[in-house]
Amino acid sequence: MSQESDLYFEYSTNEKIAMEVAAAAANCGVRSMCVMKHVGVNVAADALMTLAYVGVKGGMVIVSADDPFMFSSQNEQDNRFYAKMSGLPMVEPSSVEEAKELVSYAFELSEKLNEPVLFRTTTRINHSTGIVTLGKIRERVTQGDFVKDPLNLVTVPAVARKLHVKLLEKYDKAQELAETSEYNFITGKGKWGIICNGVSYNYVRDAINDLNIEDKVKVLRMGFSHPLPAQRIKSFLKACEKVLMIEEGEPYMEEAVKAFAQEEGLTLEIKGKAKDLFSRLYEYDPGQVRKCIAKYFGFKYTPTEVVDTADVPPVPQRPPTLCAGCSHRATYYEIRKAAEGMQTIFPTDIGCYTLGLLPPLSTADFLLCMGSSVGTSGGFSKVTDKKVVAFIGDSTFFHAGIPGLVNAVYNNHNFTLVVLDNGTTAMTGHQPHPGVDMTQLKLEGYGRVSIEAVVKAIGVQYVTVIKPYKVKKSIEAIKEALNFQGVSVIISEEPCALYAKALKLPQRKPFRISEKCKDHRDCINHLACPAFYIWDEKVNIDPNLCTGCALCAQICPENAILPVKATA
Amino acid sequence: METKRLVVVAVGGQGNLLASSVLGEAALLSGIPLHMSEIHGMAQRGGVVESALVFGDASSTIISDGEADILVGFEPAETLRAINKCNASTVVITNLAPLMPFTVNIGQGVYPDLKNLQELIRNKAAKLIAFNAADLAKEAGNVLAVNMVLLGALIQTGVLPLSEEDVKKAMKRKTKQQFLQSNLKAFDLGYSAAAETA
Ligand code: SF4
Repeated sequence: MSQESDLYFEYSTNEKIAMEVAAAAANCGVRSMCVMKHVGVNVAADALMTLAYVGVKGGMVIVSADDPFMFSSQNEQDNRFYAKMSGLPMVEPSSVEEAKELVSYAFELSEKLNEPVLFRTTTRINHSTGIVTLGKIRERVTQGDFVKDPLNLVTVPAVARKLHVKLLEKYDKAQELAETSEYNFITGKGKWGIICNGVSYNYVRDAINDLNIEDKVKVLRMGFSHPLPAQRIKSFLKACEKVLMIEEGEPYMEEAVKAFAQEEGLTLEIKGKAKDLFSRLYEYDPGQVRKCIAKYFGFKYTPTEVVDTADVPPVPQRPPTLCAGCSHRATYYEIRKAAEGMQTIFPTDIGCYTLGLLPPLSTADFLLCMGSSVGTSGGFSKVTDKKVVAFIGDSTFFHAGIPGLVNAVYNNHNFTLVVLDNGTTAMTGHQPHPGVDMTQLKLEGYGRVSIEAVVKAIGVQYVTVIKPYKVKKSIEAIKEALNFQGVSVIISEEPCALYAKALKLPQRKPFRISEKCKDHRDCINHLACPAFYIWDEKVNIDPNLCTGCALCAQICPENAILPVKATA
Repeated sequence: METKRLVVVAVGGQGNLLASSVLGEAALLSGIPLHMSEIHGMAQRGGVVESALVFGDASSTIISDGEADILVGFEPAETLRAINKCNASTVVITNLAPLMPFTVNIGQGVYPDLKNLQELIRNKAAKLIAFNAADLAKEAGNVLAVNMVLLGALIQTGVLPLSEEDVKKAMKRKTKQQFLQSNLKAFDLGYSAAAETA
């Protein structure tokens, strides 16, 4: 993006920093946006809560991508509560088209109120494709100025007390705007009501069409959903005999709507999350929404006949696995070898390497969030006498691993941290991080931070660097590190196989199974590399998948795995 | 406009997303409203990719169990896994060339018998079109064109409101120039294979 336009773009080291960078820019009058996952907002929350007090001069939009069903996340927290907790306004699109419209609305809103606006999306919208109509882009301002104003910008208690009053005033103003916002609208008519938001609105629309009940049920769609427009909702409730709340995740609106009804002394039935209706769990889908609407309001409806699957045999699972030739596989194998006979605990972290969880590698025992491998290792090593070996990726190390390591050195913990340095943020699609050589990406003007230098500077007494495709040497080095009393760090350096391919780095020759194979299957059983397959009761290597890392060749007891000969 | 719902399942790397984007472009060319989404959590690491394409008047970008009008599976076991998307009137197209899940190779799980698999699907759905799309892709001169073979079969069924012409036009726009000829050939081979099953 930064290459294609005059927009400044950066991958910040973590979400808190991203929010701080954007907050400062917005306080110089420059429109700014920071984008993160739902759990990223947890990292940024410290900055967010007080930024709400301080506010902004130029528009600032904070995009939170929530993940109902946890397609690729560790939890499915509902970040609408961040709006409630911070007091900031929030908008939520229902579709791709609307998301595009809402961005400029959110910026305008932010500038009207002089505070950041939360832009909450969910995976299903983010992974949708739709037709959008492009409009005119306003002239960009990329340079701003900072005007000193410490009595409003430095949040010591006396200032913060004043600012909280201001925040509440802005809250009232935001609520007024929500009352008339075009993104909160009513469709249909009738004595029954539905209140919904975000992606659920699409399912509601389809259900109303399918059930042919446009004239029986009216729908209030909330797109500007914090602060909720109290008057709007109250008058909607007054015109309904019964209301169904349709919102994925937590009963964020439901609780508020029930409170509004109470304020008005209304006794109509309002339901949403209930055993026989909607769950707090996972994603919703159109069929489920249709069913609940029909059931709640008593419409006739024939459920879709799903085929009977009782006689379908279980289909073997296809979990994501480490790629063929992934360097993490080598490191994990070597750690297990070096730790043979030890009682171990493997705290892990967030990245491709979390896939080491599955057998045969089985090198993941505990995971909370980014950076937790290091922090939890301290706790495990204090209260057990097992050997604690933690894993963290290079990107995650920069993101949240460093403070944990400082803590471990300071408090004299006893564990080994393995930094799996594959030179990129592999899991999410090879984004760069502070340890990456940016010239490889043909990008100029970046610094570079050495993990080894950081670890040494923190004061770790035992630091060793291994090349994981050298199996014997690596196992020896790991053994020594494991025997060290105190904090030891192993940095395992080898580029991500997929990234190396994408960068067109020189590739190694693939391997094959030769006649010497005696079918021990150590390779396939210990390594589970997806390049292996069984054909005709024999182990084979798919030359199109094999990256030639030679890990299997080094562990085969018969030395039966050989490089493919140059085509004769 | 009548709504038609298509579910496409594949293993990461099989080109499901490209096939979906060709269909998206074709819908745009023919002025057919389309809402689609795909879930590809960790597809590059060998997981499953599922796309949902809803043509016509609907807003949802997700297809509930039993609501697919047509299911296209790029891999036989994945087709079977997605059978819960079907009802008795669903048309199912499947590639018959298996990609062994790694779990099978290390002895966790048994790969379904292909004959049995076809019979199961045939008994449940309105129609099954099954053939080895990998062979046809090879025949077209591009082993990676399994997606285009299946696209050809899909269009042959006539379930979707898209013409062969528009899809080919979309292929020209969306696929790499150097593969266009083999892709078009793959499409034709898939188209005829489906016609033969009819
Ligand atoms: S993308 Fe890279 S780091 Fe991730 S599993 Fe594949 S090779 Fe390993």
